[in-house]
Amino acid sequence: MFSRAYKTLVTVPPLAWVAVFLLLPYGLMFCYSFWSVSSLQIIVHSWNLENYRDLLERSVYWETLLRSMWIAARVMIFSLLLGYPLAYFLSFYGGKRKDLLYQMVIIPLWVSYLVRAYAWKTILGSDGVLNGLLQYVHVTSHPLEFLLYSPFAVVLTLTHIYTPFAFLPIYAALEHIPRNLIEASHDLGATPAQTFWKVLFPLSIPGLLAGATFAFVLSLGDFLAPLLLGGPSGIMISNVVVSLFGAAYNWPLGAAISLCMLVLVVSLLFFSERLEKKWSFS
Amino acid sequence: MNPMTSTTISSHEVLATDFPAQPTLLSIRNVAKSFGHNLVLGDISLEIAAGEFLAILGESGSGKTTLLRIIAGFEVPTSGELWMDTQRIDGLPPYRRPVNTVFQNYALFPHLSVEDNVAYGLRVAKRPAAEVAHRVAEALEKVKMTAHAKKKPSQISGGQQQRVALARALVNRPKLLLLDEPLSALDANLRRQMQIELKSLQREVGITFVFVTHDQEEAMVIADRIALLRLGKLEQIATPREIYNRPATSYVAQFIGHTNLLSGEVRAGIARCADWSWSVALSDGPAQFSLRPEHVHVAGLAAGTDSIRVRGRVIDRAFHGATELIRAQCPNGLVLLAAIASGSVLDGEVELEFSPSDLVFLRESHRKG
Repeated sequence: MFSRAYKTLVTVPPLAWVAVFLLLPYGLMFCYSFWSVSSLQIIVHSWNLENYRDLLERSVYWETLLRSMWIAARVMIFSLLLGYPLAYFLSFYGGKRKDLLYQMVIIPLWVSYLVRAYAWKTILGSDGVLNGLLQYVHVTSHPLEFLLYSPFAVVLTLTHIYTPFAFLPIYAALEHIPRNLIEASHDLGATPAQTFWKVLFPLSIPGLLAGATFAFVLSLGDFLAPLLLGGPSGIMISNVVVSLFGAAYNWPLGAAISLCMLVLVVSLLFFSERLEKKWSFS
Repeated sequence: MNPMTSTTISSHEVLATDFPAQPTLLSIRNVAKSFGHNLVLGDISLEIAAGEFLAILGESGSGKTTLLRIIAGFEVPTSGELWMDTQRIDGLPPYRRPVNTVFQNYALFPHLSVEDNVAYGLRVAKRPAAEVAHRVAEALEKVKMTAHAKKKPSQISGGQQQRVALARALVNRPKLLLLDEPLSALDANLRRQMQIELKSLQREVGITFVFVTHDQEEAMVIADRIALLRLGKLEQIATPREIYNRPATSYVAQFIGHTNLLSGEVRAGIARCADWSWSVALSDGPAQFSLRPEHVHVAGLAAGTDSIRVRGRVIDRAFHGATELIRAQCPNGLVLLAAIASGSVLDGEVELEFSPSDLVFLRESHRKG
C-alpha cells in the first residue's frame, strides 16, 4: 500500500528519537548503577554491586522509599475520595452545566505546577493565610508549625495537583456506562444504592484503577512538592536522587535508586493494566 | 354501470372494540406526557386485561415508547393515572412496580454472567440462595440457554442475548412484562421464529405481555389486541382481525396492509364516489371508505346483483407468490388496487368488480395537539 521509502521515512525518525532520548539514557543509567565513585570524586568504570548493597544496608534509602510510597498511597486515597464523587456527580447529575463543570476541573491543570505549590506555601506558612485566619478568630494563639514543611503539606499539595488525574479516567469510565443498564437495574427491583454497588461501581473499576495508578505513580516520583513544602520530615526518594546527582556527586548510587524506582513503577503499571483488563467488558 | 347497492356499515360498529373477558390488570386513565412544549402523548385511556398479549403499534414519534416507559416508571406522566389491580402505581419508582421490561438492546449487565444476569432481580429482592438457583435454572431452561449459563453477554449472539433478557425479566414472575421492540435487532428469519416462540411462551407462563413495535406484520402475528398510536393519540384498539377488517380511520387502513381509499360524499343515504354510488346508513357529509385489494375481483361472467363493475387498464403489477397486486386505471380517474390470483389477468384491459358491503366507513383521524 505504501512505498518502502515512505515507510522508512515515517518510522525511522520516531525510532531514532526513542533510541537517542529514551533507550540510550536508560542504558547509560543502567551502566552507571554498576560503577562507583573514587575518593577523588571520579566515577570509576569498574563493574560492581556496591551501590545495590548500599541500598539494602543503609536504612536511610529504603526508609525514604517507604515514606515516599506511604505519601503516594495517601495522595492516591485522597485523590480517589475526592475524584470519584466528583466524577460521579458530574457524569450523572451534571445536566446542562456538565461541560462547564468539566472544564473547571481541567483548568487547574493549565496553571503551572510551581505556582500551585507556591500558593500552598503562602496558605500554610507560619505567617500564611490559614494561620493568620486561625489566630484572627482565636482558634489558636500561635502559628501551627505542622502545616508547612511536613508530610502533611506534601500530601495536601500533591492531592490538589493529582486529583484531576484521578478524576479523568473515572469520569471517562462512568460516561461509558450505558444508561439503560441503570434503568434495567431499577426495572429488576434494585434500589438506587443497590444499583450503584452492583452495576455502576463494578463497571467503573477500570477507571478507578487507572486513576489510582496515575495518582500513585505521579506522586511517588514527585520532587518539587517535598522540596518546596516538605521540610526535612517530608523528603521523598526523588529528592535523594536529585541530591545524589547534584551536590553529593554520587551518580552511580543515584542511578541505582532510579533503576529500582523504574522497576517498581513499571511493575505497578503492568499489574494495574492486567487488573483493568480483567474488569473491563465490552 | 352505476348500480345502486346497499351496505350495512355503521360508525358504531367500526368504533366498537371487543372488551376482553378477563379482568383488567392495568388501567391507563387519561395519561398525557409533554416534554417542554412538545406533547408526545395526549390523553391515552387503555385497559389491559390479565393474561393478554397487547401490541402497541406505531411509527417512530407516535409516542409508543414513551407510553411503555410511563408504564415501567422511567417517565412520569404529565397528567393521568395508572392503576394496577386496585393500586395506583404512577407515583411508584420503577423498582417498586410489579413490572419487568425487556429492553430494545437487551441492556444485559456486561460484567455479570448469563446466570448472574438472570439471578439479578431475585438477588436484589434477597430471595434465599436455593430458591434463586432453582428459579434461574428453570428460567434458563425455558429459553434454552442452560448451556450458556456461565458465559458473559459479550460471548453470546444477539438472539441468545434476547433470550437471556427475556429470562431475566420472567424469572421475577412480574404481573406485567413490557417488551420494547425486542426483535428489531434480529434478522428476518430469526425474527419470525422468535415471534412464534414469544407467543407460545406467553401462553405458557400466562403473564400479561405489552409489546411495542413499529412493524404491523409483527403486531398482527403476535398480539391478541393491537393498540395503534399516531402522533401521541390512540387511533384504534382492537384484535388484529378486526383492525384489518374494520379499520377505524384512513390512517389505520393504510398502516395495516394495503388498501384503496375512496373519498366521497353521502347525501340522503346514498354515498357517491366519482361515478360509483351505493346506499349507506350514514349521515350526510363527506365520507371516506376503505376497500381491501382482496375484495376487488376479476369480474365473473354472471355479474353479482349488488356489485360494482368497472373496466380498468393494468398500469402496474407486483408479484407476491400465490397472488399478485395489480393497479388498474379506471375510466372515472380512480386507480384501483386489486389482489388477484397470480397470472389470472394479462396486461391491458381488465374487468373488475367489488361489493359495496366490503367498503368500510372511516372516521376522521385525531389531529395533533
